[in-house]
Amino acid sequence: MKNLREKLMHAVFLLTACVSVAAVLLICLFLFASGFPAIAEIGPFNFLLGSEWRPANDLYGIFPMIVGSLYVTAGALLIGVPVGILTAVFLARFCPKRLYRVMKPAVNLMAGIPSVVYGFFGLVVLVPLVRELFGGRGMSVLTASLLLGLMILPTIINVSESAIRAVPQSYYEGGLALGATHERSVFYAMLPAAKSGIFAGVVLGVGRAIGETMAVMMVAGNQPVIPDSLTDGVRTLTTNIVLEMGYSTDLHREALIATAVVLFVFVLIINVSFSLLKQKKS
Amino acid sequence: MVIIMNRTLTRPIALPLHKPERRRRDIQTPLLRGAVWTAAMLTLASLGFLIAYILIKGIPNLTPSLFAWTYNSTNVSLTPALINTLYMILLALGISVPVGIGAAVYMTEYAKRGSKLVKLVRVTAETLSGIPSIVYGLFGSLFFVDSCGFGLSLLSGGLTLAIMILPLIMRTAEEALLAVPDSWREGSFGLGAGRVRTVFRIILPAAIPGILSGVILAVGRIMGESAALIFTAGTVAEAAGSLLDSTRTLAVHMYTLSGEGLYIEQAYATAVVLLVLAAVVNGLSGLAARCLTGGRGSQWIR
Repeated sequence: MKNLREKLMHAVFLLTACVSVAAVLLICLFLFASGFPAIAEIGPFNFLLGSEWRPANDLYGIFPMIVGSLYVTAGALLIGVPVGILTAVFLARFCPKRLYRVMKPAVNLMAGIPSVVYGFFGLVVLVPLVRELFGGRGMSVLTASLLLGLMILPTIINVSESAIRAVPQSYYEGGLALGATHERSVFYAMLPAAKSGIFAGVVLGVGRAIGETMAVMMVAGNQPVIPDSLTDGVRTLTTNIVLEMGYSTDLHREALIATAVVLFVFVLIINVSFSLLKQKKS
Repeated sequence: MVIIMNRTLTRPIALPLHKPERRRRDIQTPLLRGAVWTAAMLTLASLGFLIAYILIKGIPNLTPSLFAWTYNSTNVSLTPALINTLYMILLALGISVPVGIGAAVYMTEYAKRGSKLVKLVRVTAETLSGIPSIVYGLFGSLFFVDSCGFGLSLLSGGLTLAIMILPLIMRTAEEALLAVPDSWREGSFGLGAGRVRTVFRIILPAAIPGILSGVILAVGRIMGESAALIFTAGTVAEAAGSLLDSTRTLAVHMYTLSGEGLYIEQAYATAVVLLVLAAVVNGLSGLAARCLTGGRGSQWIR
């Protein structure tokens, strides 16, 4: 009787462990089964490199959206990475204890704020601000980059902070012993040692930026053309799906699913590089 | 440098070697310190500005009619959406928490060291945690809504979210289980308890605070999710009567309000409610994590 219960529970636990495997398989199956036929029908070349997205005329080129996603992500990194890493250094090595008790929960709260709230903030604050300062309609690459830069901050800060904290104290002390100041010790002895951990945080931030949907949609303008300047509107892969999924049918719908496949592949690449980095670290 | 050398010609050699070094340092050290402080204050200020802006604009709009029991287009009440959010949280957690904890138990207590299955489960969990929410939404609409025939419903949305938060639950539960000292397991086995009894009586109770803080983080994610729900749970602004009713959670409600442009004041007020809920959830999660680690706080990545 007891033996039976042990075996039964073992099987149950094994089964629950397999759920995540099954989920990934199902997701791949359903996305690829609808996405690949669409890519084949449109033609991989026309789909990935076509610069015209006009579903009404059966033109499904997602190149503008790929470029848009890359632009917006790059912009977010330009803002989020320096600020994020420096803030992480601050939290790990400079922050007075009292301030830390405020800063750390604040950073965690930043990670917990829903993306629609960020999007709404972008819509009512950043869009008018960019319109006033830089002209254009305000909904632009710049606005989306600013907002995403803010949104990926907590990810970069938290991962980088734990990477810096994981560096042995002796590195820092060695720096001091050689006559370096506190600041120099941290930047020239500890930071290089935490490099791969920090980079993993940046990669995770890239994943967040490229996958963000609602906030970007509210501030980016969403024109399916390659933007010429920072103040032009832009549409990303994620927003392309949300904008048109509601009313699409047939090939149009499948083209949107194929867009998700492209996005999925991007994310897989990011994930693999993240786990490679993590392996290098340990 | 030359000047220094001239001035110190009569002095011992050690000093002039020292001096230029110190001069260079004096520029860079304050620069680095300044950069670090600026970045940190920028981070804090942008969050402070966001919160202050939304609170100042939103609190005056928190009228009683916004919390009316039923929704109509004049009061745009958020109560039904709030109730739906609660349903969604209960449903997604109800599925995901047992599965996630079970998986974590298998990985920490049952699997052999270096087992291939464990590696596979880890890789898939990592993959799941990296998938953007809109891809979950799309998958949910293809699988749960169409193939399973659940339609745009609470059930489809809840199942989609359950998969989405699964890696988070698994990772936090695994960390919590690993934090239980091995001597407890040995003690339990030594007293003649079986594996199942050890898991349920010794290990899980000890790991509860850690698991709880992960669950609370998951609550936060469900509460804030919108992209994965629009095409799985739909946007009907009434409280769901059954599992197969289409619903709108608070985040989706907020999105539709700000998209329509007619209800900007109510959108501010709804943002306040979402912000307060996010703060509460975060505070609770931190509290649970402190119970576990004795003050280290939560470190994981979202």
